[in-house]
Amino acid sequence: MTRALPALLAFGVVAVPVAAGLLGTLLPAFGVLPAIGADGPSLDPWRRLFAEPGLPRATLLSLATGLGATVLSLLLVALFCAAAHGTRGVARAQALAAPILATPHAALAIGVLFLIAPSGLLLRLVSPWATGLDAPPDVATVNDAWGLALLLGLVVKETPYLLLMTLAALNQIPATRLVAVATSLGQPKPVAWLKVVFPLLYRQIRLPVLAVLAYSVGTVDVALILGPTTPPTLAPLLLRWATSPDLSLLLPASAGALLLLGVALTAIGAWLAAERAVAPLGRAWAASGLGTGAGALRAGATLLPFLLLLACAALVALVLWSVAGPWRFPDALPDRVQADTWTSQAAALATPAANSLSAALLATGLALALAVAALEARARHGAAALPWLLALTPLPLLLPQASFLLGLQTALLTLGLEGGLPAVVLVHLVFVLPYVLLSLSGPYAALDPRLPRVAACLGASPLRVFLAVKLPVLARPLLAVAAVGIAVSIAQYLATLLAGGGRFATLTTEAVTLAAGGDRRVLGVFAVAQAAIPLLAFGAALLLPALLWRDRAALRA
Amino acid sequence: MTALPRRALAALALAPLAARAQDLPWSETLRRARGQTVAWHAWAGDERTNAFIAWVAEQAAARFGITLRHVRLRDTAEAVQRVLAEISAGRRAGGAVDLVWINGPNFLSLKQAGLLRRFAERLPNFALVDTVGKPATVTDFTIPVEGYAAPWRMARLVFIADGRRVPQPPRDMAALLAWSQRNRGRFTHPGVRNFLGATFLKQALYELAPDRTVLSRPAGAAFDATVAPLWAWYDALRPNLWRQGRAFPETGPAMRNLLNDGELDIMLSFNPAEATVSVAAGLLPATVRTFVPAIGSIGNASFVAIPVNASAPDAAEVVADLLLSPEAQARAEDPRHLGAPTVLDLARLAPADRARFAAWPRGPEALPPDALGPALPEPHPSWMTRLTEAWERRVAA
Repeated sequence: MTRALPALLAFGVVAVPVAAGLLGTLLPAFGVLPAIGADGPSLDPWRRLFAEPGLPRATLLSLATGLGATVLSLLLVALFCAAAHGTRGVARAQALAAPILATPHAALAIGVLFLIAPSGLLLRLVSPWATGLDAPPDVATVNDAWGLALLLGLVVKETPYLLLMTLAALNQIPATRLVAVATSLGQPKPVAWLKVVFPLLYRQIRLPVLAVLAYSVGTVDVALILGPTTPPTLAPLLLRWATSPDLSLLLPASAGALLLLGVALTAIGAWLAAERAVAPLGRAWAASGLGTGAGALRAGATLLPFLLLLACAALVALVLWSVAGPWRFPDALPDRVQADTWTSQAAALATPAANSLSAALLATGLALALAVAALEARARHGAAALPWLLALTPLPLLLPQASFLLGLQTALLTLGLEGGLPAVVLVHLVFVLPYVLLSLSGPYAALDPRLPRVAACLGASPLRVFLAVKLPVLARPLLAVAAVGIAVSIAQYLATLLAGGGRFATLTTEAVTLAAGGDRRVLGVFAVAQAAIPLLAFGAALLLPALLWRDRAALRA
Repeated sequence: MTALPRRALAALALAPLAARAQDLPWSETLRRARGQTVAWHAWAGDERTNAFIAWVAEQAAARFGITLRHVRLRDTAEAVQRVLAEISAGRRAGGAVDLVWINGPNFLSLKQAGLLRRFAERLPNFALVDTVGKPATVTDFTIPVEGYAAPWRMARLVFIADGRRVPQPPRDMAALLAWSQRNRGRFTHPGVRNFLGATFLKQALYELAPDRTVLSRPAGAAFDATVAPLWAWYDALRPNLWRQGRAFPETGPAMRNLLNDGELDIMLSFNPAEATVSVAAGLLPATVRTFVPAIGSIGNASFVAIPVNASAPDAAEVVADLLLSPEAQARAEDPRHLGAPTVLDLARLAPADRARFAAWPRGPEALPPDALGPALPEPHPSWMTRLTEAWERRVAA
């Protein structure tokens, strides 16, 4: 039992809130919420839900933007990796993608807003000299009714993630040898990569792909910033009810959360069905020996670098607005650059920044401790440490957040826990721990087993082996994983809003609030501050080991 | 309307407690307040207001030893929901909301549920409020306030146009429709879930309703007949709005960005000094001009209220009183800071305090107070609620 304790703890920290949240969603969806006098069971919440004008459209929009963003992101990554295999382009794309991965969804979405809005930077750059426009056109390039801007915002954020996951997975596949064999059989390189590497690779990145799908279907913050408004997608619509003064709306909101869960599961089911349908086609194509299409693949491969540059431009737009003086359309640059917005917002930034940091550090610290304990137990005790439990912890990443966070809010409230740092940290852990576990288990498994064995032979206790041998060797991945944890925590919008009861202000909740309108310079300041924390964390994770272990260059896990 | 949580009614049992606090001398309230932290839940969509709240926080700390924290809301309903949820979960004290910027349906919903403290009349500075000349300070959307909230700023619906593009602004709803048909896509209003969007519809309703006296009573069976001309007008207007009336800016400040970018020619504001304030802040071009409809425009007062389960009710009262102090009111009215008209009766102030309200340097952008025309009272809150629902059905369908 004690051997399994770390795994049980890690699993419980994720599973208990999710289970409580799902239950807290399920009961009110059928009219049972005694706290507001609803004794159910009843189908009224569903009747109210389906009476909502625009619900069919909201549901379809969620499904379409979620599936669309996933297909496009995966397609862009596959095309690029196929064409760029073995070139320096891969390393360049990796270097560009890393900071974008670290940037929270909200900040990046705000940057995209600053770029592509009718009055955005892209149009300013070509106006009026090329377009003849001295006022922005009346065209909905953001918040459009079709969700295209939302789709772009999701693709810009998820493509770098899938790219980095793909590049990491490629390390475990003899891709270069496979491509060499296939090209020797007469296949052009990009075609060869798609035929022989992609099928192996896809198996490895399936979980991240499905996580992207579930996230995209249920996104709230990106949808609030870039998505359609009348009606919005499903998740923001539910949030509107869940934060309404009319508490009885919690019931249809819960029913809607279940509907959202159904939409996400439908999307995942459709995806898995499509896998089955595509696999034999792919096999037939691979076996056919047809080598055409390389030109089209190479053309398609240019999309990903273009997208990465767009994301970087979005970050530049954030910084520009944060230091802009008066800046009217169609000026491509502000009248003057000033620090006024930063100084005037310094006081307003202080509390949210402190809240963001404390939640991120606590959640990441706890997640690291739990993950290291569980992985250490697995290394020492093998099957007795219940490693299969650890494999289950990422499953909540396949659920849309609102499906269990809405119910969790009610549960936390009943326990008198919501509205403070502890509740926020607990709920952040649900998202931080799976990523920390996933990112740390590789380096832990790759640890040279001879090192602890030698130490043990020299008489060191298991604790000493852990402290004196394993931790120093693992310092580099531990720091990198800590940065991942911080980035995941900082990015949480819905989790912070609901667990914090709306009064735990972080840079993320403030930035999304400000994105509703208002002074773009202030919005720029909050978005830059929000993005700065994870970027600094990743920077520190890169620099610290080099500083700490200057004299031990060979020390690597 | 809001469903009354059954257990919320139990909170009425707290009423005697609140009454006892009324009997305390003010000096005792000040003593208790020292060292407390007040969470002021306030809509945070406007930077000028946020800056003003930050200034109030400095004053509260320096003068009364109170830590004032601005909890920034996207929608005031979030705070109302918080209080209702806490009471439903049995939390009768130690609540998250100490002070909330509130009016209209949100105020009615908390007042009806018996979830507000009665405190305004005992604030020393409340005696300075112009309850006669500015009846909106004691009647919010036709609902008697009865001390369950304290006013802190006056608001008036105004229109702001780019004077270069709109030399002759349309001063009634028929003219606005004709102007929009000639200038397609150059006007809109915030989405009606936003209070300013709802106010625009109410303003139009004042002009278009066959009988406007019904607006002061709850919207009952008369609703459909009263709003029919409004929808006929709106259906003609909507295709001519920005984005063909298929999308709407979320807030007033979002409209301001659009006017500044040149996407719109006319915007709405609840602050008669908005133009002056925003030109000075570089948020609007200097060519903007303010105008109001010929029949007058909707005016109301902004209030702060204290929920029965507030954690720091004493300090919240002190902050509410600070908001009513001549110094804070003068700062709020100063167009260099906020530009929100005062709720005080200047005749009741000491000469030194009255001097704080000296004629502000008002640019040509804004209207002087005497040119604002009559203030139309807010309709009963149920009109806002039902208009919002009906609008959503028309637009989202």
